[in-house]
Amino acid sequence: MLPLRNGAWKWLAVAGMMMAILSGCEPVKMGVLNPKGPVAQKQYDLIIWSVVLMSVILIVVFVLFVVILVRFRASKLSKDYEPPDVEGNTFLEIVWTAIPVLIVVALAVPTVTSTFDLEKSPSPNKKPITIEATSAQWKWIFKYPEQGIETVNYLKIPANVPVRFKLSSHDAMNSFWIPELGGQEYTMADMPMFLWLEADKPGKFIGRGNNFSGRDFAKMEFTVEAKKQSDFDSWVDHVKKTAPKQSEKEYKALLKPGTVDLKTYSSYPKSAEVKEPNHGGMEHGGMDMDHSKMKHEDMEGMEDMPGMDHDKN
Amino acid sequence: MGLFNFKMPEHFIIMNNPLIIGAWISIILVSVGIVFFVTKYKKWGYLWREWFTTVDHKKIGVMYILAALLMLFRGGFDAILMRTQLALPDLKVLDAQHYNEIFTTHGTVMILFMAMPFIIGLMNVAVPLQIGARDVAFPVLNAASFWLFFVGAMIFNISFVVGGSPDAGWTNYVPLAGSDLTPGVGINYYLWGLQIAGIGTLATGVNFFVTILKMRAPGMTLLRMPMFTWSTLITSIIIIFAFPVLTVTLAMLTFDRLFGAHFFTIDAGGMPMMWANLFWIWGHPEVYIVILPAFGIFSDVISTFARKRLFGYNAMVISMVAISGLSFIVWVHHFFTMGNGPWINSVFSITTMAIAIPTGVKVFNWLFTMYKGRIETPAPMLWSLAFIPNFLIGGVTGVMLASAPADYQYHNSYFLVSHFHYVLIGGTVFGCLAGMYYWWPKIFDFKINERISKWAFWLFVVGFNLCFVPMYLVGLQGMPRRVYTYGEHMGWTTWNFVETIGAYLMGVGFMLIVWAIIYSILHEKRDRSGDPWNGRTLEWAISSPPPHYNFSRMPSRVTSADPFWDAKKRGETMFDENEPLKPIHMPNNDGMPIVLSGFMFIAGFGFVFEWLLIGFIGLLGVIGSMIWRSFKDYDADHYVQVDEIERDQAELKAALEGRS
Repeated sequence: MLPLRNGAWKWLAVAGMMMAILSGCEPVKMGVLNPKGPVAQKQYDLIIWSVVLMSVILIVVFVLFVVILVRFRASKLSKDYEPPDVEGNTFLEIVWTAIPVLIVVALAVPTVTSTFDLEKSPSPNKKPITIEATSAQWKWIFKYPEQGIETVNYLKIPANVPVRFKLSSHDAMNSFWIPELGGQEYTMADMPMFLWLEADKPGKFIGRGNNFSGRDFAKMEFTVEAKKQSDFDSWVDHVKKTAPKQSEKEYKALLKPGTVDLKTYSSYPKSAEVKEPNHGGMEHGGMDMDHSKMKHEDMEGMEDMPGMDHDKN
Repeated sequence: MGLFNFKMPEHFIIMNNPLIIGAWISIILVSVGIVFFVTKYKKWGYLWREWFTTVDHKKIGVMYILAALLMLFRGGFDAILMRTQLALPDLKVLDAQHYNEIFTTHGTVMILFMAMPFIIGLMNVAVPLQIGARDVAFPVLNAASFWLFFVGAMIFNISFVVGGSPDAGWTNYVPLAGSDLTPGVGINYYLWGLQIAGIGTLATGVNFFVTILKMRAPGMTLLRMPMFTWSTLITSIIIIFAFPVLTVTLAMLTFDRLFGAHFFTIDAGGMPMMWANLFWIWGHPEVYIVILPAFGIFSDVISTFARKRLFGYNAMVISMVAISGLSFIVWVHHFFTMGNGPWINSVFSITTMAIAIPTGVKVFNWLFTMYKGRIETPAPMLWSLAFIPNFLIGGVTGVMLASAPADYQYHNSYFLVSHFHYVLIGGTVFGCLAGMYYWWPKIFDFKINERISKWAFWLFVVGFNLCFVPMYLVGLQGMPRRVYTYGEHMGWTTWNFVETIGAYLMGVGFMLIVWAIIYSILHEKRDRSGDPWNGRTLEWAISSPPPHYNFSRMPSRVTSADPFWDAKKRGETMFDENEPLKPIHMPNNDGMPIVLSGFMFIAGFGFVFEWLLIGFIGLLGVIGSMIWRSFKDYDADHYVQVDEIERDQAELKAALEGRS
């Protein structure tokens, strides 16, 4: 009787697990599963599609697994049952090769189209805003080149406007991630990259550094507030009037390893601008300057991002 | 940096934390205890002759597995500490620095010093027996592989009490791991520990490649090899191609850190992204190095306990070959978000998803091996059965991660953490445990106790799911990996607490496995007849434990992939008993591997602290050991005489009759 009771245990455990997962779906409605902009929405749709496809496989295999285990346990079979001497079955094997191929194709097609879409503005008809997001050990610095202002550890963006983040790092690699607005990208020193995000409506979100960058990495959280364009403009005006200017010295001090509170500046020094990569003319990892400048000016021509393949440029 | 510069790091002896002081005390007590008892019972000679200088693949396998279990304890203890710290928001069990060191050592120890030696240990134990060989092709090199691994592991493990642990993650990304942002000896420990162990692994790959190709019993064609041997052959090939990349990459970063080179620095033309590329060009094949042998174990175990031939043998081989090929062309999926451009991301998404196809074929073939079988569930089969659903969960989430745009939302989150634990625990760890339970009564003359093992199994598997299912959920809620704490406002508390309970259950499960082993050593029934599971392959045709030369006669009736099973059906044995016994050519024990590895320890330790003189003295010793070995090549082997073989057989016969 003991083996049977063991079996019962197992199904109880499995059932409990499923309950836990299903009941857990409600509080999960935050972060990735709570998209608040077109980029996050596109990724969410792809994720849900992949979950559907994968569930098909999971269910088929789990059912087969359970049925086979229940049906062919030694304890349930007659004493003289002798398993047949089978070597395989070509037809069956072709079937279960072909079905995964179809599933992979069904996932690969939207994957590729979304991959290309992510490189473009989510709302090409709207005029975008550019914000430079720089990670340093262990804070986030946001510069608004069009407005000339700078914030530290918090970010305000206009809602319903595509934001073109120019990502870079002062030191260690990090990753810039606001799950509700869309996926992340790495921030790297001397290797600026671009990330399009957009918020549908005004709202507050949490963003964070997502790639380990040393001691106080866990503290690299920042708040993101999407405001109506008019509210955003008046916030910018307010900052320009009330916040202090940032000196060269202050900026240098800010970059030193350590944590800082929220900060706001009505200007930032010229030296703080995120520069195009400069590899000092070294062969290794050199970057074609003209090419990247052209991209910088051409908002649409983002297909060819600076990346690991650029020493072929 | 001069040759005679012996600068001391800021903290040479680490004593700044009660946990570490506790570790010091236990290290000292255990060492003194071992020295005392070995001396008291005059066992130094025995240890030296039977273990330290052994070239017997079975003993080397046992030492590998013992080391792997120790490392599983160490890495598991790290995990328990991390889960304790994360059980609730804003806990202060560990500070940031300590947590960062612990997740780094957890990952590195578990992959390089637990999974690898466990797999290699099982290969050592089983592969020569499965193919009817008397040892591996290069027995002394095999011993050197083990001792180099052991020295690498020791160097890595002393870091937390001497000089400080590495703290940049097991992936060790630059520029964080460069000397500008992380000075000190921690990263050097990582580089030298992995470098030395990696040399041993590379040699193992060469060794088993040659052994399997050249030393199979008559009649055993490639397509009659047991599936674990097949997986070992393929794994050896992956090792031969992948590990040199690791060697070079580690050497480049060592040059950056010790001699001021600029391969990976931010300035002076260095290229930090190159580290990510090189690391994963080795790192992705590496995960297949630890999973494919587990697949082999599951194939052998499932077919044994379903009492049925493996379904679709050829498809199983082809899919393993396909996986090994694909494993080299998917590495970019580890950094889809590093700005590769849409073409590159698309290609690597598709290659990654393609791995699901051969893997899916294998899963269905395992299921249909059991279909119409006669399924028994002793411990090795339990772990193999648990593998199928758990690994599948890891597999399908792997396909989800393969979709690059979706990966922008999963990358570096707990979703990813859960995925790779599902494949590495659900696949590799379950496989290693299945293999250990399966071959234990071959290496020794008893099984591991079933009753305790069943308890251990259920606690571990339930704990595993409790620990890692919630990680998928908090990952989607935006929890990044490698954070040492989190705020209550994030809403991750409940799931994190559940995860911690799960981790503790896994800990209890592990301790029960250890207890089952100890209990079995003391109390389990002895049986030397050699076929406790009603096995199918050659290793079960000889006594347990086998004589040191394994086969007194070469097996001569290999006519299928299940030769022993078929022979039993025909009422035959595997051997032609009428053939007269012949003297057996065997390798001599050799002290060179352990001496060489001792010098390697000195070299590694010197270079870790950037004491170049000591480092170079160690390297000279290594080269000297090799020269020494080249001069005593003449007495490298001996013959086991027929009367000794006959004596062994008579003794076995007496033991078997005494039992019945």
